[in-house]
Amino acid sequence: MTPDQPPLSTAELRRHQPVFRGLEAGHRACQGCGQALAARLVTEAIGPDAMIANATGCLEVFTTAWPQSAWRLPWIHSVFANVAAVASGMEAALKAQKRRTKVVAFGGDGGTFDIGLQALSGMLERNHNVLYVCFDNEAYMNTGVQRSSSTPHAAATTTSPAGREREGKRHLKKDLVTIIAAHRIPYSATATVAYPTDLRKKVRRGMQIEGAAFIVVHSPCPLGWGHENALGIEVARLAVQTGLWPMIELERGELVGAMELRNIRPVTDYLRLQDRFKHLFADDPRAREELEHLQELANHNIEVYRLRAEAPDRFDSEGMDTVIRGGLRTA
Amino acid sequence: MAQPLEGSQAMARAVALCRPQVVAAYPITPQTHIVENLAKLIADGALACELVSVESEFSAASVALGAAVAGSRAYTATSSQGLLLMTEVLFNIAGLRVPLVLTCANRAVGAPVSVWNDHQDSMAVRDAGWVQLYCADNQEAVDTTIHAFRIAERCELPVMVCVDGFTLTHTLEPLELPTQEQVDAFLGPYAFSRALDPANPLSMGTLLSPEFFPEIRHAHHRALLNAQDEIIATDRAWQNISGRSTGGLLSVEGPQEARLAILTIGSILGTLAEAQAESHDRTPAKLIKLRAFRPFPVDALKQECAGLDDLIVLERAVSPGGGGIIAAEVRAALSELSRPPRVHSYAIGLGGRDVPMTVYPQLLAAAQAATPSRFAVFDLQPAKLAETDR
Repeated sequence: MTPDQPPLSTAELRRHQPVFRGLEAGHRACQGCGQALAARLVTEAIGPDAMIANATGCLEVFTTAWPQSAWRLPWIHSVFANVAAVASGMEAALKAQKRRTKVVAFGGDGGTFDIGLQALSGMLERNHNVLYVCFDNEAYMNTGVQRSSSTPHAAATTTSPAGREREGKRHLKKDLVTIIAAHRIPYSATATVAYPTDLRKKVRRGMQIEGAAFIVVHSPCPLGWGHENALGIEVARLAVQTGLWPMIELERGELVGAMELRNIRPVTDYLRLQDRFKHLFADDPRAREELEHLQELANHNIEVYRLRAEAPDRFDSEGMDTVIRGGLRTA
Repeated sequence: MAQPLEGSQAMARAVALCRPQVVAAYPITPQTHIVENLAKLIADGALACELVSVESEFSAASVALGAAVAGSRAYTATSSQGLLLMTEVLFNIAGLRVPLVLTCANRAVGAPVSVWNDHQDSMAVRDAGWVQLYCADNQEAVDTTIHAFRIAERCELPVMVCVDGFTLTHTLEPLELPTQEQVDAFLGPYAFSRALDPANPLSMGTLLSPEFFPEIRHAHHRALLNAQDEIIATDRAWQNISGRSTGGLLSVEGPQEARLAILTIGSILGTLAEAQAESHDRTPAKLIKLRAFRPFPVDALKQECAGLDDLIVLERAVSPGGGGIIAAEVRAALSELSRPPRVHSYAIGLGGRDVPMTVYPQLLAAAQAATPSRFAVFDLQPAKLAETDR
């Protein structure tokens, strides 16, 4: 645009946007928020013919300070625990009206792994035609970083602090994907903000399913995880490359795909960037034991989901892997 | 033509005549027959409707909410513990001003566990922001169910139809059911001005700062007060079609000159009316049926109670540590009169204890007390209690 041209109006700019964007800029998320990025990417893939039900949480709060809203899709927030049931009702209504509009449910890990799990199980069991997306930032961030059942083992939060007697959270991260798989729904997957093309592909797949689909998206929270604002993507990518966040797809509960790892990194590469694991790098035998424990959890994932690439790939390089998996928007 | 129907069956058929597009419910005694009957109507193809058999009442209310905002007429039914499990969602539905209808088959709340009738459940959600209409008999339950959808959709408020568990839900009566054409003409198709639509994306249930919150609460309160006119108008409109009135906000029977009245809610009215008709005690007494508890009809009540010396409020719930719930509100309303009647406050029939016709003369006698009862359980049997609990 040359200086003598009049500036485009907001409406004009929106018309020139290369892709549909369900979540606009101007919301109140923190700098570097993984969930905001994930939600934007997901809504781009969802497209405009959808309705969103949103559980209570950061995403609800930072997008809708009335009278403003960052949503360009019809959107409803009811309460914390009921998003899957509200979405079920919306879907039943659209079915009764013979409309094709897709219902999408959004929840954080608190609303999905914990308080909303019963409603989610009901929605999956009844196989409602709903895509449920869980943005997993591994703690109750909206209330100020309290542990959830999704918080990783040994991570420090305000309710699982590290101290003389404790090395952070004592319990394991809940294996939600296995619980989802046991419902034998048509499609479920894990994804992450670090591989956006993969994320979009999985969302598009979920949108095409006639029935329940579930995607959990690893979404770094700089405030809660204690990493630099600019490092979210790197942290999220390391979660994948260490085996701590296996990238898998399941159909009817059976594993049908996994992102293979050709350059498996030690878990310490991932943990070292985050203050929530800082206590594990102290000169303390219990800290060392927990580090070993976390490495074993990653090794377990690599084994169970067969993440280790079996043969060398002539295209294999860190750079290519990133491109293929969606580091650039060419795939 | 009247036909013999169980209350629940009649209510289910009334709901079906309103053509709900989504029904969600979770079974609980004594609500179960209503939902079973609806399920059968759907299974038989008599009602085209999505039945969502949810995993809890919390989800039943949530499914109904989701369906209503997505543009479908929605219905649910519950009782007692189920209603309390819904509580968070009930407040949310009302706060969002979503029109839908819930039948509460009134039942006591545990502990101690009781499956029998009183009004503790719906009274506990008094402040959720719903319209609450109480039915005196099953014909009223049928008619009120049909009214409820119209009131809800015209006022953008959820409506709770309260019917006494077992006493109404499980009792066979000769009942008139309207025709489909009558109900279609009365209701019309479901329309909700804020239904979610991708072509016109709205955000509902957003975060609200203190800058706006009190105004929203005030607007909700006004909406409920204004619903009084709609409740009356709906009753009249239905009377024009069906020939039956359920009394709008409240109704009064008995001699105009009576200085004594008994105000009650729900199905006890029939017992008292029959007892009065058969009583040897000819003390003139009015029977006031409170149909709308929310909105609370202060003006109508003042009008009906002006000139009374004594008013007995007979209710089927208690606010422990407080006393009578309806009585407290009646006293507050009547304090605006220049010469308010003495208000005698009693709970009766808690946990399903039978209310026999013999209470009528006992009530007339109680009204003669030198000091009106601040609150008491009328049918208390003190001998069953430890000395310290009497």
